[in-house]
Amino acid sequence: MSEGTFGNPKIVQEELDILLIGGGMACCGAGYEIMRWADAVKAETGMELKIKLVDKAAMDRSGAVAQGLSAINTYIGPDQDPADYTRMVSNDLMGITRDDLAYDLGRNVDDSVHLFEEWGLPIWKTDAEGVRHDGAQSIKEGLPLLKDGGKPVRSGKWQIMINGESYKWIVAEAAKKALGLSRIEERIFIVKLVNDKNDPNRIAGAVGFSVRDNTIHIYKAKAVLLAAGGCVNLFRPRSVGEGSGRAWYPVWNAGSTYAMAAEAGAEMTMMENRFVPARFKDGYGPVGAWFLLFKAKAVNAYGEDYMVKNKEMLNDYPPYGQAAVPASCLRNHLMLKEMKDGHGPIYMDTVTAMAKLKETLSPKEVKHLEAEAWEDFLDMCIGQCGIWVGENIEPEKKMSELMPTEPYLLGSHSGCCGIWVSGPEDLGAPTDEEHEDKGKIPAHLPKGWNWGYRSMTTVKGLFTAGDGVGASGHKFSSGSHTEGRLASKAMVKYALDNKDWKVELDTAPEVLAEEIYKPVRNFLEHKDYTTAIDINPHYITPKMLQMRLQKIMDEYVAGVATYYNTNDKMLAVAEEKLEMLKEDAGKMRAKDLHELLRAWENYHRILTAEAHMKHIQFREESRYPGFYYRTDKNFVDEKNWHCFVNSVYDKTTHKWTCFKRKHVDLVDKSKLFKPAAH
Amino acid sequence: MPTFVRTEKCDGCKGQDKTACMYICPHDLMKLDKDGSETGHAMKAFNQEPEQCWECYSCVKICPQGAIEVRHYADIVPLGGSVQPMRGSDSIMWTIKFRNGTLKRFKFPIRTTSEGSINPYGGKPMPKVSELTAPGVFTKEVMGGYRAGKPEELIRRK
Repeated sequence: MSEGTFGNPKIVQEELDILLIGGGMACCGAGYEIMRWADAVKAETGMELKIKLVDKAAMDRSGAVAQGLSAINTYIGPDQDPADYTRMVSNDLMGITRDDLAYDLGRNVDDSVHLFEEWGLPIWKTDAEGVRHDGAQSIKEGLPLLKDGGKPVRSGKWQIMINGESYKWIVAEAAKKALGLSRIEERIFIVKLVNDKNDPNRIAGAVGFSVRDNTIHIYKAKAVLLAAGGCVNLFRPRSVGEGSGRAWYPVWNAGSTYAMAAEAGAEMTMMENRFVPARFKDGYGPVGAWFLLFKAKAVNAYGEDYMVKNKEMLNDYPPYGQAAVPASCLRNHLMLKEMKDGHGPIYMDTVTAMAKLKETLSPKEVKHLEAEAWEDFLDMCIGQCGIWVGENIEPEKKMSELMPTEPYLLGSHSGCCGIWVSGPEDLGAPTDEEHEDKGKIPAHLPKGWNWGYRSMTTVKGLFTAGDGVGASGHKFSSGSHTEGRLASKAMVKYALDNKDWKVELDTAPEVLAEEIYKPVRNFLEHKDYTTAIDINPHYITPKMLQMRLQKIMDEYVAGVATYYNTNDKMLAVAEEKLEMLKEDAGKMRAKDLHELLRAWENYHRILTAEAHMKHIQFREESRYPGFYYRTDKNFVDEKNWHCFVNSVYDKTTHKWTCFKRKHVDLVDKSKLFKPAAH
Repeated sequence: MPTFVRTEKCDGCKGQDKTACMYICPHDLMKLDKDGSETGHAMKAFNQEPEQCWECYSCVKICPQGAIEVRHYADIVPLGGSVQPMRGSDSIMWTIKFRNGTLKRFKFPIRTTSEGSINPYGGKPMPKVSELTAPGVFTKEVMGGYRAGKPEELIRRK
């Protein structure tokens, strides 16, 4: 077959049993776990499952951990219970999470962390005297591995410190070896999922294109794992020039997971949830180690600790404000009060914290402490160091500003938007719907919290993990890896149970190819109409489309421009503007393959943004004060809204349907708020 | 804070079909200008979309010529500082220069095994297909990471 050209791409079709979309922590976990089960299937039955992983980037540095990390934020350890973890997740997300998913992750996550250490990830240790050692030194000194009882350096109840510059590189090496290079295709961007011709509620495959050559790739598969990250840059970022790439979460997370799942008909959950991290201003450097390891305080411009000064405000949100660690959004809520009252800038008081630590340390230990502070950024947010050197900030001499960022949508960090999935069956999760609004749940959707295959969405054969799994945040890197592993077992089971199903795409390959290449067609057809290729009435550049989206979201859907405020009227305006934007997405242009990548990324952002807006509109309360406020419903309404908000999207009518699902506790949450009764 | 490529150091990865920086960039930013039509510098790489650069330094760390550096976001950061790594096989060395000339150097470990040495299934059990529906992952019995939890915590389990 001849090579494709930009105007006439080659179509490559492939038939698989299982397709993994994405190359981040979740898909690396899936790749590692799935091949062992596939080997078991082969050994026992002789059947060889055809498996492939496709990544839009290179696995060595793709996904949210590409740059590295300075901590693993989810490690349970032998002394804590998965139920404790489940309670923490619930409270931080204002009470509405799936305990079954959090608990299952909590009981399994340490397995992955122990593997990371075996593979070569340096994990800090504390010795018998309480002195901490970096991950390489601790091995030289013969301190035991975590698996053998080694004591990690806790920077918080659930976090452990690592030397994580090569974290992703190491995890990818294990996944790549497990899969074998013949099962991996990089630089292929999957644009949409395809349903089955004979069962519209079943997955049949996915379609995408190569960003390196003029090739369209169409995969048929019985089971698909969609784990392509969260959504960044759907809101106008605080920096709009070169710095617009300095997002807190990786700028390449374009909402592909949410948009593709929604278009395939998967039930979404908690898409109203967002994360607005309070971070070092402009560089978005992490604050966790500063708060938890170095014991620094955040203060207003006049040196007042706003968490103390404004602590009464926490009582407005019982019980979530009354836990030992108030929910993240409420901590923002107290910070925003200071900013709105004109008491900014807000600072991380690094100077006092370092001085205090130095009081009890030797000069050698002080030098080590300084290195630790810098490594915290250099491992995961080098850009923050760029700001420090440019502004001559040495943390022991000068404080740094903190600032709440633009909103992000994700399901693996401190957020819980995503896809509604089938959970484990042994934890007491509900198997039916019992609430007054149950009649409003579309009839084709399952009842209860499990329907046969762990991590399967409501679309048969479509699975997700990491940022994709909704209503269960605080997985982070290790938890996403674990979720990929749990999903892959269920996918193998699904592929075996459906081995005789004949997959048929509901759309012809040529039609799919034409749809994907439409931005290219738009460009080639109209480019000579004007003398300047970026200004043309017949098409819109992906960059301008993105800026239009960001402006709408920022100004009407509670972005930074309004201090995260919106209301029913503003949402109605946004709704109308987003509909026109979605229509105009059909007029995107792509002048090269790189721009075709951007075009479809931005289409995914638009759908994700629309879901976010619709869910906020449907939920008539302000569930996450500090992340967003509906000023027309500016309260937390436990009576009417202590429930999941879920939705489905109809790809033919382009309409969303939102509905409630009941929230149920599987572990006792009251333990968070008061001492145990006995 | 976009990356930039030093003209005199970049060798276009010696005419291979893709450069190391193109291979690694998670956001498809680095591009080889084969004929010089885009930059005036044939067979050298450049950052084609600097305002989308996350400053993750993946290209900086992988470049075999040490040709890639970062000039931090011009709309935020005063000029004159630099943060430059040298990534080795087991550690990374950072040279940090402040705008005022202050210099700092740090060295951190990056991995405790040699690159390429991971044996993913070495010493790991081969599971049975019948265990596919049991809770947990296939390494559950050997990695010591499964936390069974106290049964009484699960208040709805029958």
